[in-house]
Amino acid sequence: MPYQNDTEMKKMVLPWLFVMLALAAMAQVKITGTVKDNRNRPLIGASLTLKGSYDGATTDSTGKFSFKTTEKGDFIIEVRSINYKTIEQRITIASEPITLNFSLKEEINELSAVTVTAGSFEAGDKKRAATVLSSLDIVTTGGANGDISAAVKTLPGAQQVGEQEGLFVRGGAGYETKQFIDGTLVNNPYGTSVPDLASRGRFSPFLFKGIVFSTGGYSALYGEALSSALILESIDLPDRSQASASISSVFLGAGYQQLAKNKKSSWGVNYGYTNLAIYFGVVKQKPDYFQMPEFHNGDANFRFKTKRGGMIKYYTTFSYGRLGLRRPNIDSADLKNAFGYTNTNWYNNVSWKENLGKGWKFNLGLSYSTNKDDVNQQIQNQNNQYTATGKVYIDSTNFVLNSKQDLSQIKVVLEKRLKGISTVRFGGEYWYAYNKSKYNVYNSLLIDHFKALFGETDIYITNGLAAKIGGRFEHSSLINKTNIAPRLSLAYKTGKDAQMSLAYGEFYQKPENTQLIATTNFGYTRATHYIANYQKINQFYTFRVEAFYKKYHDLVKTYPAYNNDGTGYAQGIELFWRDKKTVKNLDYWISYSYLDTKRDYLNYPKQMIPNFAANHTASLVTKRFVTEWKTGFNFTYSYATGRPYYYLVQNGNKYDVKDEGKTKSFNSLGFSMNYLPNLGKPKAKTFIVLVASVTNVLNQSQVYGYNYNYNGNIKQAITPAASQFFFLGCFLSWGVDRSQDAINNNL
Amino acid sequence: MKKLFIAAFAFIAVSASAQSPKFAEAMGKTLKEYGEAKADDALIAVEAKFERIADAEKTEWLPYYYAALIKATMSMKGIGGDRDKVADEADDLIAKAELMEKGNSEILVVKSMVQTAKMIVDPMSRYMKNGAEASKLLEEAKKADPTNPRPYMLQATNLKNTPPQFGGGCDAAKPLAEKAVALYANFKAKSEIHPNWGKESSEAIVAACK
Repeated sequence: MPYQNDTEMKKMVLPWLFVMLALAAMAQVKITGTVKDNRNRPLIGASLTLKGSYDGATTDSTGKFSFKTTEKGDFIIEVRSINYKTIEQRITIASEPITLNFSLKEEINELSAVTVTAGSFEAGDKKRAATVLSSLDIVTTGGANGDISAAVKTLPGAQQVGEQEGLFVRGGAGYETKQFIDGTLVNNPYGTSVPDLASRGRFSPFLFKGIVFSTGGYSALYGEALSSALILESIDLPDRSQASASISSVFLGAGYQQLAKNKKSSWGVNYGYTNLAIYFGVVKQKPDYFQMPEFHNGDANFRFKTKRGGMIKYYTTFSYGRLGLRRPNIDSADLKNAFGYTNTNWYNNVSWKENLGKGWKFNLGLSYSTNKDDVNQQIQNQNNQYTATGKVYIDSTNFVLNSKQDLSQIKVVLEKRLKGISTVRFGGEYWYAYNKSKYNVYNSLLIDHFKALFGETDIYITNGLAAKIGGRFEHSSLINKTNIAPRLSLAYKTGKDAQMSLAYGEFYQKPENTQLIATTNFGYTRATHYIANYQKINQFYTFRVEAFYKKYHDLVKTYPAYNNDGTGYAQGIELFWRDKKTVKNLDYWISYSYLDTKRDYLNYPKQMIPNFAANHTASLVTKRFVTEWKTGFNFTYSYATGRPYYYLVQNGNKYDVKDEGKTKSFNSLGFSMNYLPNLGKPKAKTFIVLVASVTNVLNQSQVYGYNYNYNGNIKQAITPAASQFFFLGCFLSWGVDRSQDAINNNL
Repeated sequence: MKKLFIAAFAFIAVSASAQSPKFAEAMGKTLKEYGEAKADDALIAVEAKFERIADAEKTEWLPYYYAALIKATMSMKGIGGDRDKVADEADDLIAKAELMEKGNSEILVVKSMVQTAKMIVDPMSRYMKNGAEASKLLEEAKKADPTNPRPYMLQATNLKNTPPQFGGGCDAAKPLAEKAVALYANFKAKSEIHPNWGKESSEAIVAACK
């Protein structure tokens, strides 16, 4: 009775009786009923509202509701429940009690819907809190030294290959994994290759807000990667303006980042200088460095929000580096191999995301990179002077290589929201690749106009069942071949936080430039992926098991002839478990991969286990932050069973396996600690992070494979340049505004 | 006939002028229920009630304010579904209140609570963004009304929940809680249904930090 306490009413003596009568006519009507979902399960806490009035109710634990109203006439009753579609129903309230039963349909939304995840590990803080790895995880992975690829190697699917850069995924070679930044391919993601040593990645993990490591079955938006895709999404506007500086055992750096007052745009510049002279002076290296590794890196960024709420980002990085090292020649104790390079690399990326309205989104990616390498290898005598031996098998290892790789790309993706959260995406890309090289006296020029069209759709049948169907059409002018690659994946929710996924896809990649120099009469190499996956993820735990089968077709053979007659397969099962809860303040993950793979490619005489594949690989990563000491301690233990190695000798028109074996198993314990002395001191002007790290803490001997001499009677283990790498660094930053304090207050 | 006319007129007058007392009464009643709501479902029901009043009135900011306040605490406690989604709903509700009362200190307080709710879903990766935003909003709330004790009370609570090594703990929280207690002593809500909560919490912090 909403009017009963109205004091004004009491003053009206004359109409008092009449008013009372009128109110009596507004007798309460009881409205009762139930709210269920479309599978007839009661919905708890659903809210019912008699629109325009205060009257309504919330359902109890059995989905029942009941309320009284004094309203009369035609009304709309609204029924709402989180994750369900709101419904409205007209009712007429007279004097009789009303019973209403409602059935709500599930609303399909990103948070409750399944995600099509077969084959991919997503990282970073997107809408979901429970992601697998974040940028912070990458820099706090013991032994990874802030290298994205090194941290990714602790995830299932990747091999512990240490003698060359790249991610070797599920029986695929390093060059079969491609990296994409904001949608466009990165041509030279790593530093210049040095024989038997792995180069670092060029990009800092802090550049990215999201990292997806896809070990197979990835979206039709990405091509030219036979085995795996590392999809990196760059950060948007920074949280604040700041200046930073770093000093460490191997580099010096400084940077400045400015966020505009209106928080609509930002710009920043960074410079870093790396020189290993001091470090190599203290920690002995096996190779004799006649040119200490030295690198200059500069980068700049500019980002701004558009009027419509879109975002345009530009990032550029320039680097110049060189090194030179001598190692004993395997064929003669009197000789040395002197290897050196000078590299310049300039990378540019522009991305533009825009909401066009009416459910349309637009994504544009532009990138341009140019990379120049001058590499030489020289046979030298004990006095470090060039010497000619007259033996062809030795002298032919002398070389001078000058190469230049330019890649320009444009990629456009249009996205349209369909019903619910179902989405269709389509677009195209064009790459112009210019690769010029001179190997001793041999000149070559490879120009490729590569075009691709792609489309895919995410279809949500319910919140618990989704499909991603896509396809890709590609044409490379260099080999003048086209391909059509279908992709399909399904995801089905099996319970709370749990889902199963299946994926199938065809993946194409054109042969490597080193092979195309010999002939362009190649087709695409091809892999067919089949993946089945189960995962359960919540805020504290991630459990995932994945089985895969991959068939390789048309791999490149270089012997007896250059063609696509190579074949292969890979199959296996992988486990991942991450737990942030069981032990207080301890975050750990375990990954395990079983891999069975063989391939006949390059000069292999038959299908063999490639020398980069181990049957069993496992990692245990632990991170613990001790608040009392303001220090984080991170350990990573990696293990892999031995990998095969071969001594292949040309015999007529084929190669024979003259010797073969398996390396001993690989063991490595990496450690890092980070000390944040000013953490939580709101008045501190400088934010300091001190980092110390060691690879291979236990100093276990690590053998990646073997090199053979000319006649095969000597084999030499391929080992790291030093058994351990030590790092000490100090990172300083100064918040230009006061929000640094705010952050400390809330940590 | 004349009497009847007067009576009818009076009834219309009652209906029209009753709007505000009806609102005040419903708010008062719901606030009382809010005070008594202990169980999760009681909290959900009270929140829904505030939303109903808000949607029926459309021009009153207080029911939206209370609905958002409850939704934010629900998100923090993990009641009513996905914490991010509940926090987003709280955000929508407080935005509606803000349309009517721009720059109101109390609204800024709830906006800060929504940011804190979002942050604690995944503090490690969100404190930089949502944590900073939450602090900034409390500073704005102080500026908007220096006599409002709630921003101080919330700062004290946030700090109390932060380990001392991170600049939290009693030493940091106590002065703010004391400041809040002092402000509460002089605080007078504009009406029975205007925000008037948090006194006990700040007293509890002062007591716990002796």
